[in-house]
Amino acid sequence: MIATTRSPLILVVHLSVLLIVALWTLPTAGLLISSLRDKDQLAVSGWWTALSTSSQNMTGRAASPEEQVERDGKFVIAGNLLGDGGTAKVSAFGVRPMQPAAFAAGETADIGDGQSLTVNEDGGYEIVSPTQMEGTRGQRIFYTASVPPRFTLDNYREVLSAAGIGSSFINSLTVAIPSTIIPILVAAFCAYALAWMPFPGRAILIAVVVGLLVVPLQMSLIPLLKLYNGVGAFFGVPAKTYVGIWLAHMGFGLPLAVYLLRNYMAGLPREIMESARVDGASDFDIFVKIILPLSFPALASFAIFQFLWTWNDLLVAMVFLGTGNDELVLTGRLVNLLGSRGGNWEILTASAFITIVVPLIVFFSLQRYLVRGLLAGSVKGG
Amino acid sequence: MQQLLFAVSTMVGGVLACAVYFFGTNWLLDRIFPSKGLTGARASRNLRITNAVRPWLFMAPALLALTIYLVYPVFESVRLSLHDRSGQQFVGLRNFSWMLGDGEFRQSIFNNFLWLLVVPALSTFFGLVIAALTDRIWWGNIAKTLIFMPMAISFVGAAVIWKFVYDYRSEGSEQIGLLNAVVVALGGTPEAWMTIPFWNNFFLMVILIWIQTGFAMVILSAALRGIPEETVEAAVIDGANGFQIFFKIMVPQIWGTIAVVWTTITILVLKVFDIVLAMTNGQWQTQVLANLMFDWMFRGGGDFGRGASIAVVIMILVIPIMIWNIRNATREMER
Repeated sequence: MIATTRSPLILVVHLSVLLIVALWTLPTAGLLISSLRDKDQLAVSGWWTALSTSSQNMTGRAASPEEQVERDGKFVIAGNLLGDGGTAKVSAFGVRPMQPAAFAAGETADIGDGQSLTVNEDGGYEIVSPTQMEGTRGQRIFYTASVPPRFTLDNYREVLSAAGIGSSFINSLTVAIPSTIIPILVAAFCAYALAWMPFPGRAILIAVVVGLLVVPLQMSLIPLLKLYNGVGAFFGVPAKTYVGIWLAHMGFGLPLAVYLLRNYMAGLPREIMESARVDGASDFDIFVKIILPLSFPALASFAIFQFLWTWNDLLVAMVFLGTGNDELVLTGRLVNLLGSRGGNWEILTASAFITIVVPLIVFFSLQRYLVRGLLAGSVKGG
Repeated sequence: MQQLLFAVSTMVGGVLACAVYFFGTNWLLDRIFPSKGLTGARASRNLRITNAVRPWLFMAPALLALTIYLVYPVFESVRLSLHDRSGQQFVGLRNFSWMLGDGEFRQSIFNNFLWLLVVPALSTFFGLVIAALTDRIWWGNIAKTLIFMPMAISFVGAAVIWKFVYDYRSEGSEQIGLLNAVVVALGGTPEAWMTIPFWNNFFLMVILIWIQTGFAMVILSAALRGIPEETVEAAVIDGANGFQIFFKIMVPQIWGTIAVVWTTITILVLKVFDIVLAMTNGQWQTQVLANLMFDWMFRGGGDFGRGASIAVVIMILVIPIMIWNIRNATREMER
């Protein structure tokens, strides 16, 4: 944009932006890739190795001595450690936990009592003993297998059914959709009055709305919880309901909605309204037929904000909505999973990705409106 | 599914109810005080009345909701902060004096100040630098989209993403967390980052910076583009280099926007809750005010007095920015 564009520094600019972009996207990429990996691989190797063959230390057990067969005067137990159909390869094996890789694949190991064990690369093993083997439990075998990369949707299948993410997804939609749509009309009428209808006290009201923009949510939690409990007890209805959270989200979203829409409407050309008024249109007609359609970009901006905010909200849902299976939203479920399944990264990564996928779709498809709304909401103040 | 139908029907019902309200009251007003078809003094009197009433009809639902959900709670919270845990018994400033002596509260205040110092500054700085850099390259918009993306991710989702980055496996076994893997590759020893007091706060802050930099970048980028070309051209003619142009010509012209970005992120930082709850829940000395407040709200059946008094502290910290915002907005309108 300026003359320095041509300087050799431009290469440095390219590289540093590339580095920053990498830093910013790698965490999310790691989550997405991990959620698609086989859970055994995910637990033992970093996601950046997802495409390479991973080497895992595993423990298997040979078949029990009851299955031994006599062959050439010797007793033999044979089988395959890797099961069948796998593409994994055994590289080393051992029989003591302290030396899990004492022998290379294909070697024959002396495991005492004259018995010998051979494990081949394909996982096939053979225990050969000069005497009949006793006992009911098979020999433990430690082995190192190199497993080719495997991607699967199993993690998603599991969290959608077992971990309750599926029903929470519906709950989140239930919270977010009405909370997004209902405030729009309410805010639009209010914004029009504040932008174009002269009345005493208008400037003060606008100042109040600007002030309310930054009132911390924390101030509202306890009084509203008390209020909801009181209303619930008075009418004999539960205090934590969807209706309650819809109204709460509407209340908390209104300052931004009114502020954004008022700024936008105040910027519309005065002539349109005046010529309509000359033609005999009332304020109501002007608003519904002219202002509302013209304000579509601002309405869309607000709707996106409100949807992202209600979908991503945790605090309001934790306070005003129950924790039953039919009420717990995605963010709440994710926090619970962090507590109860903290080490199960296959569950956490898949759940987290389901949680963020809807906002990401909204973000990428409607980014233009989001940016416009941000600019209208912030730059005007400066 | 049934629940979703319920939600959609409520939505349709809610919108219809709003439409009926606005249309109905407006129609009623015109019916009671007609001005069309009348002439003379009566018509102008009716017109005056309808013009005075109509704004309030338009605003009534919004004002009602704002009052119930934001204005009343502010006063009620202040009242509750002067009462005991159930909100019945007046206790004066006892909740606040308890606070001063409470180690956990002091920890939270200390941590909140750390957050306030670091997060707005770094987010704004990175946002500004990235905005300036991406404006010069052809794939700048793609880069911006990717850096802006975390904005859409919930704090809890971001917490999971970063918990995975910070994941710790004991020394010797393969690290699956990116940070520890890098540390090990560079010859260091892996650490359980979340459990190192004081420094763990910064690992939490990284998450918010990661989210907010995109916001700062978008706004500052627009501001940079709004700078008049002539000022930059004049500087070029005078022989200024890239850094001088950026810091001495461009940055001073967008101070106002930088301040807006800074204060917006500051407000957000004061309310930071989800990240701390999901990552540590205040353990290992990472407690912050919003999480402490939530904790007291439900701890042992809920202590509304102490909870409300912590909320009031957050509010007091916000007030200077609130006043500044209101002054700016008023000045803007007078222009």
